Amino acid sequence: MSLIEITEVRKSFGANEVLKGINLDVEPGEVIAIIGKSGSGKSTLLRCINGLETISGGSISVAGAQLAEDEVHLKALRLKVGMIFQQFNLFPHLTAGGNVMLSQMVVKKVPKAQAEAMARRMLERVGLAHKFDAYPDELSGGQQQRVAIARALAMQPIALLCDEITSALDPELVSEVLAVVRELAAEGMTLLMVTHEMKFARDVCSRVVFMHQGRVHEIGPPEDVFANPQTPELRQFLGMTGHA
Amino acid sequence: MIEFTTWDILRNLLLAARWTVLLSLVSFIGGGLLGLALLFGRISPRRWLSKATGSYIELFQGTPLLMQMFLAFFGLGLFGVDVPARLAAGLALILWSAAFLTEIWRGCVESIARGQWEASASLGMGRLQQMRYVILPQALKIAIPPTVGFSVQVIKGTALTSIIGFVELSKAGTVVTNATFQPFTVYGFVALIYFALCWPLSKSSQILERKLNVAHRNH
Repeated sequence: MSLIEITEVRKSFGANEVLKGINLDVEPGEVIAIIGKSGSGKSTLLRCINGLETISGGSISVAGAQLAEDEVHLKALRLKVGMIFQQFNLFPHLTAGGNVMLSQMVVKKVPKAQAEAMARRMLERVGLAHKFDAYPDELSGGQQQRVAIARALAMQPIALLCDEITSALDPELVSEVLAVVRELAAEGMTLLMVTHEMKFARDVCSRVVFMHQGRVHEIGPPEDVFANPQTPELRQFLGMTGHA
Repeated sequence: MIEFTTWDILRNLLLAARWTVLLSLVSFIGGGLLGLALLFGRISPRRWLSKATGSYIELFQGTPLLMQMFLAFFGLGLFGVDVPARLAAGLALILWSAAFLTEIWRGCVESIARGQWEASASLGMGRLQQMRYVILPQALKIAIPPTVGFSVQVIKGTALTSIIGFVELSKAGTVVTNATFQPFTVYGFVALIYFALCWPLSKSSQILERKLNVAHRNH
């Protein structure tokens, strides 16, 4: 059984069908890059997986936890998949440490001392142990995003969803975040990332999904998808001319 | 004819002002508690609940406070309930304050970026936990200046209770005027006492606003 099973998922916003029947199975430890033009539905797909958007049809399950609309099912699902956002979304009224501790204590009822120890370990893991007491507005974008990763990791998810996590960063800060993700991939974390970092996708990912107009248009290992695109849409997206 | 000294006038007004202060406190605290409960209804994802609280707010914002007091005072009387003026006054002011505070706070809660809801949801928090630990602590900061500012409206609102016969500062002013025939002096003092109550509040609202520097944080 696959870790994440996405079956015939459809999603409409009003009359606009954004996802038109997506099928995707993700095995444990896979790193999947989802690429495509803006509006192709890639962020929506990611947001559906942990219930930030309700799906209009099909089914999604993560390690046996089925996506459903009620809070109990959602919570069970969200404990298994963490999510990292383009805009970091750190809680501005809490320190970096507080950000990483909060959900452990509130959701998992972990005692404070234990949550703090975990927070320190996770911040250490993303190279920010020394920023435990810093507030988000005292951190650079790259640092904030690393705290966000630590915050998600502290919940010990079995998969992470990354929604364009480097798109809001200054170019020189992108690599520090990608380095952390690369490390997670090497440690065997299952990752689903929407990204525009093609080089990173090529180097790190096990499979690349190219989405076009709400469908999985092409899928395969990066060496195939990037070197030998089958469809004109993907060729165009990758900036290859029709005769290449 | 009895002569009244200025001190006589002032003393009686100040004694009555205690009722203004007390009524203001009761209305503000009561309205705040009710407003907080209504706030949860107003921003609830359940459509009917948010609609119902929305109608409540529109009803109380869309009618004069004076009418609400008349209705509380005479309306309950129709059902054979004998309502003392202070009860009707307090009730009407609590319901009225709650409507305005809910709307003020709703604005504050909705000014918190959507990403905060999404991030806390993705970490597995339920709606109440999101409110308690993520949204309200941030919204509170934004809410303090307008809330303190609104307390001034509550104090001035208590003046209307004089019409249904509750003896607070304004009513006392009328009574003292009738005895002394010095309306200008008496109402002058009444106004000064109201000002002494309200001005520090509006001033502190301004100071708080600057101090919390809400609009420009994080930029």
